[in-house]
Amino acid sequence: MTVSAVKEKEKEKTRPRVSPTPASRRSSRSPPTRRAPPLVQYPDATASPRDSRDQEDSPRLSADQEGSRSYRKGSPRTPFFPARVLVPAGAMDLDPEGIFRDDSDEDDDNLHEREANKEMVVYLIDASPRMFTPANAAKPDEKQETHFHTIVNCITQSLKMQIIGRSRDEVAICFFNTKEKKNLQELAGVYVYNVTEREQLDRPDARLIKEFSCVEDSFMNNIGSRYGITSGSRENTLYNALWVAQALLRKGSVKTVSKRILIFTNEDDPFGGITGAAKTDMIRTTIQRAKDAQDLGLSIELLPLSRPDEDFNMSLFYADLIGLEGDEVVQYVPSAGEKLEDMTDQLRKRMMKKRKVKTLSFAITNDVCIEVNTYALIRPTAPGTITWLDSISNLPLKTERSFICNDTGALLQAPQERFQLYNDKVVKFSVRELSDVKRVSSHHLRLLGFKPLDCLKDYHNLSPSTFIYPSDEQIFGSTRVFVALHSSMLRLGRFALAFYGTPTRPRLVALVAQEEVISSSGQDEPPGMHMIYLPYSDDVRYPEEVHLTSGDAPRATDEQIKKASNLLRRIDLKHFSVSHFANPGLQKHYGILEALALGEDEMPDIKDETLPDEEGLARPGVVKAIEEFKAAVFGENYDQEEAEAAAAKGGASKKRKAIADAASQKSAAYDWADLADNGKLKDMTVMDLKTYLTAHGLAVSGKKDAIISRILTHLGK
Amino acid sequence: SMPPRPPPSRARNSRGINRRRRPRRRPDFPTPRGMARNKEGLVLLLDVGPSMHRALQEVKNVCTTLLRKKLVFHRSDEVGVVLFGTKETHNDLARELGGYKHVLVKHDIKVVDEETKNALENLPRGTAPGDFLDAIVVGLDMLIKRFGDTKAKQRLCLITDAQHLLRDPPQGTKEDQVDTIADQMKKHDIKMDCIVFRESGVQHNSVMDENDRLLYHFRDRSVAKVVQVDTPTALLGALKTRNVLPVTIFRGDLEVSSTFKIKVWAYKKTSEEKFPTLKKYSDKAPPSDQFASHEVKVDYEYKSILEPDTVVPPDQRIKGYLYGPQVVPISSAEWEAVKFKPEKGVKLLGFADRSSIPRSYFMKDVNSFVPEPGNTKAIVAVSALARAMQEMNKVAILRCVWRQNQANVAFGVLTPNISSVNNVPDSFYFNILPFAEDIRDFPFRSFSSLPPSSQPTEEQQEAADNLVKMLDLAPPGREEILRPDFTPNPMLERFYSYLDLKSKQPDANPPPLDSCLRRITEPDPDVINYRAPLIQNLGKSFELKENPKVKY
Repeated sequence: MTVSAVKEKEKEKTRPRVSPTPASRRSSRSPPTRRAPPLVQYPDATASPRDSRDQEDSPRLSADQEGSRSYRKGSPRTPFFPARVLVPAGAMDLDPEGIFRDDSDEDDDNLHEREANKEMVVYLIDASPRMFTPANAAKPDEKQETHFHTIVNCITQSLKMQIIGRSRDEVAICFFNTKEKKNLQELAGVYVYNVTEREQLDRPDARLIKEFSCVEDSFMNNIGSRYGITSGSRENTLYNALWVAQALLRKGSVKTVSKRILIFTNEDDPFGGITGAAKTDMIRTTIQRAKDAQDLGLSIELLPLSRPDEDFNMSLFYADLIGLEGDEVVQYVPSAGEKLEDMTDQLRKRMMKKRKVKTLSFAITNDVCIEVNTYALIRPTAPGTITWLDSISNLPLKTERSFICNDTGALLQAPQERFQLYNDKVVKFSVRELSDVKRVSSHHLRLLGFKPLDCLKDYHNLSPSTFIYPSDEQIFGSTRVFVALHSSMLRLGRFALAFYGTPTRPRLVALVAQEEVISSSGQDEPPGMHMIYLPYSDDVRYPEEVHLTSGDAPRATDEQIKKASNLLRRIDLKHFSVSHFANPGLQKHYGILEALALGEDEMPDIKDETLPDEEGLARPGVVKAIEEFKAAVFGENYDQEEAEAAAAKGGASKKRKAIADAASQKSAAYDWADLADNGKLKDMTVMDLKTYLTAHGLAVSGKKDAIISRILTHLGK
Repeated sequence: SMPPRPPPSRARNSRGINRRRRPRRRPDFPTPRGMARNKEGLVLLLDVGPSMHRALQEVKNVCTTLLRKKLVFHRSDEVGVVLFGTKETHNDLARELGGYKHVLVKHDIKVVDEETKNALENLPRGTAPGDFLDAIVVGLDMLIKRFGDTKAKQRLCLITDAQHLLRDPPQGTKEDQVDTIADQMKKHDIKMDCIVFRESGVQHNSVMDENDRLLYHFRDRSVAKVVQVDTPTALLGALKTRNVLPVTIFRGDLEVSSTFKIKVWAYKKTSEEKFPTLKKYSDKAPPSDQFASHEVKVDYEYKSILEPDTVVPPDQRIKGYLYGPQVVPISSAEWEAVKFKPEKGVKLLGFADRSSIPRSYFMKDVNSFVPEPGNTKAIVAVSALARAMQEMNKVAILRCVWRQNQANVAFGVLTPNISSVNNVPDSFYFNILPFAEDIRDFPFRSFSSLPPSSQPTEEQQEAADNLVKMLDLAPPGREEILRPDFTPNPMLERFYSYLDLKSKQPDANPPPLDSCLRRITEPDPDVINYRAPLIQNLGKSFELKENPKVKY
């Protein structure tokens, strides 16, 4: 689901990784004796490296700057976009984004997980008439929804997610129990759905998502629905569907690609309509077909939908098809009567392939060392990567990197040694020595002891947590030890402190036991442990102690706290759940790209769910609680006092005006157009140049080059 | 006609050979270079009296790490070293005024160099009980004499066990004396870090109580920070070895609603200290060039796929955004016109139960929201909200855009940080939460549905219970062991000592992790030995077997 998967792939390419920060690119142009920019920086928590790149590039992209002035604030919301050629990315070698990546996240194998293989999925969707009957118990004024509709929605959602997070994965969509047939094998009752300019099994693109999302409108006319397996006919559409799916998944090796067939159906007894030897025979061949596919390394999964009147009965047929044993069957089936949204939720969860990040050995004592798998359940999803194109041909550009000796100008091979200035001395390290010095522990994960949960403070955090779940694959008995520890930790209210000795970023971690949480929409929280990366002493700062009060700090009185409690009760987010908020920036980003990729003129309007509920805050009860609290802490006449204080402060704005006036006067002393025409701007001091900017209300930031270019732009030169 | 311009790459290369180089500064000729704003003057006040002898190695180690980092990151900082509890007496005040016995100025305040490090080698084992008040006055005097009213930040750093009776002042009480010293410190804007090291098991007595009270009196006068540690490892982590200037990431309103706003400042509360980025080394400079920088420049060129020899100039490049298999070319101006542009501001969405936000959802390093300094109304408002949240077990959900032109919103949770120190206002912590797109709901098998072979027996469960109870890192009656706030980064500690070693022996191998740091990467061997029966029992209860089919 995250882009990190893709990024990770890029990392694994064999070509040498290049990764200067914007800062180092800048410093590479400065004279050799200059010191590096100050290392202590306070980067903004949410700034992406790409932002700084934009700033870095803007002075040079003069053509773009010209363009930017044509979109003024009052102009229509949707600017005119020139016709653009879309470039298929797969065919060409695109790795230039690597050069923008920060050096520091090279080490971050925790944050950006390593996902070794890509995935190929065939969605096999039952299209029999039964799928088109109402899926929920009828209520008179409610719109009737069908299971078919639910599935189309789910798959559309999943495709959209996939294009954001795992766009290298490939999908095929295939209906069975159809009137029409469309597949290479010419098998009856199977229809492989596709759009133009796309292979049957391929990465999803904008058109596929768009057209598939409204496939229902034309389904009956173009594809058609019918019962495929009927008495008297010797057809076996389920068999055909599996056969087609297997053929679609022929490409790619199972060693590097995970291949899955997902069957969506609400028919638990596909061969219920026939009897006798024909039935046994069909069941046998279908199960054999599935076995053969599984033997080839394909995984077959079922997403059963229960009908309102009855539960989906796995034991009738499907348990045998996918090879489930006793207690596993129970886990598979959603119960009937659940809300349709819950079912959608369950489908969504199950459609996602569970990917482990790593297998670790977890040393509990010197003798007891168990095996656990780690999973990245929470990772930031960043907007996709950027590649540079030739603006004339729209073809990707190849990035070439060269190393140049700063002292002699000689071209170098990729340098193998690093150095650090220490006490004004050059101290050299080989890459090997650096990796050796970082290796401080021989174990993966080493238990140090246990602490009560309240020792884990809210500020003991640095990066997203990692989930761990036991595995017996290599060491039998691991799960048993883990389950016992898990249960003790939960009962005693303790977390484990452990040392996680990754070779690049060894850290102290808290292992917090997570109890399983189950709701109507399935498993909300899985059982296992969360590994939380703890700061070291030098990672913790004490900003609250920067501004000590000279006497005792003012504290709220009981009365004020009571008013605050009342406010808390009034502005209460009931049933708050983190997972309800979509990332507005990301949605907008992909909304724009989707519109452009489809050649639409209208830019999408994205609802920002992170904005406060203004309506709710305007309710009289809430307003009253706010006003009472405000009066309690700020006093009755606060607004008036503030207004007066602001009026008195007019001094500040007067001062600013005086500076601007002075700048105008100074600036007027020069003939700027003349200076610009004769190329004399570069001979002026930055201070003098800035008078022009101040006088004309332009930004005064940036280096001299940027300032000059801003003046030239403003002069229209 | 015009002569052809050299290709851009060559042009850049020729600029790279820059001969306008300044000779590197020689150690004996200190010239602060434009870094005065961030420059620090520091005096280390180290107790070497008899009761401190066992800890002298760690005292030396933590101070050495501090110096090493200064030699890399803060070359113009100045450091002095004062020892107290020594047999000898050597300081200006003793000479000028008399008294101030057993205080030895080991190293005058100077720009950090090899000599400063040497001053910490072979710390003498003192013979007199240390009087930290005398040492503070000596250090203060040194700072005032050296820096006067210059802008350099000045700091004292005291490491002591504060176990011995301080001498009585000629007039007034010891408290009065502390007040006088604190006034001087305030006047010159000098801060102090006090680290009190007493190994666990040391019996508390009335002298220690009095000494602690005096040290905390410095804190209450807003000139000092006091931390107490009881293990050598925690001592290593108790001193901030890297100076970071606190910078706000946001100053403005915390908007509860459009009519009620609280003035706050936001800072970083945690931020990972990264492994330093080393430069690439070039060996091309002739050995005779003593001013060679040895740096390597990296040049990038963008070339057309169709004509691999043609360099595409910057203004002919356009960004392509990946959308699935497609690349959508969009110019910066076009992107600027349509992209997401949230308004700057910090807005409250509402309050929620603490239990609705799993701890494992915290995404990043943590911020701190403090009320605007000096704004009593803001301090009270934050205090009231924080305390109400604490009482009701609630958190606040916020949407933050720290600055205009920020690419996205930060969505997160505010939790109360009730101050336990009188002169520190109440504040909040802020943690980033994931968006819906960031969460993956992988299903995992319930432990209750596992086959009996994977479920622990009663006896096994008991063994696990005992382990969790007995391997206790927060035992009652002593400081929490391996508290993150006092635990140094073993990798960085090791790197800086390797760096120092290599500066003297270029071929040296990485040094082994010293025993204090091994307490972070491995369980404490003393505890393991003490709990041996318990641990053996665990090993006996559970049988682990390697799967013969899988290669480990």
